[in-house]
Amino acid sequence: MSESFDAIVVGAGPAGNAAAYTLAQAGLAVLQIERGEAPGAKNVQGAILYADALERLIPDFREEAPLERHIIEQRMWVMDDESHIGTHFRSNDFSRPPHNRYTIIRAKFDKWFSKKVQEAGALVICETTVTGLLRDGAGKVIGVQTDRGDGAVYAEVVVIADGVNSLLARKAGFRAELAPKDVALAVKEIHFMPKEAVESRFNIRAGQGVVIEMMGKITQGMMGTGFLYTNTDSISIGVGVMLSDLMAQRLTPWELLEQTKAHPSVQPLLEGGEMKEYAAHLIPEGGFHAIPRVFGDGWVIAGDSGMFVNAVHREGSNLAMTTGRMAAETIIDLARAGLPMTAEHLAAYRRRLDDCFVIKDMKKYKDLPDIFHANNQFFTTYPELVNGAARTMLTVDGVDKRSKEKEIFACFRERRSLFGLLGDAFKLWRAFR
Amino acid sequence: MSVPKVEEKLFQNRYVIDAGHPHIRIVDPARCRSGCRQPCLVCCPAGCYTLDAGEVVLITDGCLECGTCRVVCLARNLEWKYPRGGYGIQFKFG
Repeated sequence: MSESFDAIVVGAGPAGNAAAYTLAQAGLAVLQIERGEAPGAKNVQGAILYADALERLIPDFREEAPLERHIIEQRMWVMDDESHIGTHFRSNDFSRPPHNRYTIIRAKFDKWFSKKVQEAGALVICETTVTGLLRDGAGKVIGVQTDRGDGAVYAEVVVIADGVNSLLARKAGFRAELAPKDVALAVKEIHFMPKEAVESRFNIRAGQGVVIEMMGKITQGMMGTGFLYTNTDSISIGVGVMLSDLMAQRLTPWELLEQTKAHPSVQPLLEGGEMKEYAAHLIPEGGFHAIPRVFGDGWVIAGDSGMFVNAVHREGSNLAMTTGRMAAETIIDLARAGLPMTAEHLAAYRRRLDDCFVIKDMKKYKDLPDIFHANNQFFTTYPELVNGAARTMLTVDGVDKRSKEKEIFACFRERRSLFGLLGDAFKLWRAFR
Repeated sequence: MSVPKVEEKLFQNRYVIDAGHPHIRIVDPARCRSGCRQPCLVCCPAGCYTLDAGEVVLITDGCLECGTCRVVCLARNLEWKYPRGGYGIQFKFG
């Protein structure tokens, strides 16, 4: 391979596929390189697909994409060891097309997305690992080195979408090594069962789905969350915690997952299912402050490689698709104007991101990771307190309600003190406002 | 609660093993012995790192390619690459 392309896209996840699709649609000569056996073979997600980001690329995706269930109900559970308390939001509105969110199985979905990329005219090569970026004497990226054939392929610009670990960006010095406090490890399993079982357990009809987000003791005092998603005839169950917390204790990730599955609120939902895969993946949760420089001479970076994840709202794949698309749109503009792919011109990519929800949302929550790191009571003390409060109020035992209220307030004051409670409320208000 | 071994979970996964070409290598085993808290033993979700007579042993066959070990190895004592194209974990569902 000594061919030259307008653009090379490294990786066939949501960011890489969005970029390759957009570039190929515009008529650019695109090579996309993926290390898995097929697109999706190396990719892991919960997985929720937000329709909007994909709709902007492929407006009629609902007619052919392999979607599992559209989400009509979201549950948030705050858990202690024996209980959960929380909120449900369910609306018939979410049952009316066009649906807003879907569960997907990434291996299936990514294969479909890649087919669209190929139909748009991109050349997609799998089973090929990109081992490095090629640069000219001035440092401009001019192509990639692969582990196939003679290895080198050249292009005007390289879209780095090789995922959270981004070995490429790190090797080139475009990004620092991930810090344990900026990244979460999520482990998950998929359990298959008849679709009737899924529907009766979650009180849903064919095609409808439920999402459960879990926080509290489920992460054993670590900063993180658990999740349960309903697919057509399977359930994805997982838990994620920050690596800085994981490395400071002795519980392994699979033990943590087993404890999540064994929680009395979760266990009956999984009963009788057949576990068919165990997966793990890092999630870049460092937020706004962790975003590296996203462009340079001959390169742009998109998706997880660029740390684009909104951990508060569990959004990642939509940010990946959006950053991939905007990187591509920037490149298309430059190509059409006959401008070189230099840092000066590619800076327009960052400006595009600044002007849309990607950077606006990440900026809004920029201080939240630090607050949760420094205040682990949000993952331990409070879940126990609120569950205890509900248990006290709902246990009918001859004690009058005013005495119960006093007991609950005394518990809160004893565990967090009056100043602690006010301080915590203030911290949360400041971080979320 | 009896916790199943991680091997029972990994058994459900599909791997294409690149025999003789491990993609992760401990650079200097001596540095794992002296003064390191060995977070790899706890954090690796596939249990690839085990302790044998005080020595950290790495077997990459069950690796899920997540990158955790590299991030928690603050001594930067790992040479960490992706497997050659087409090898390693191939997720059926992801």
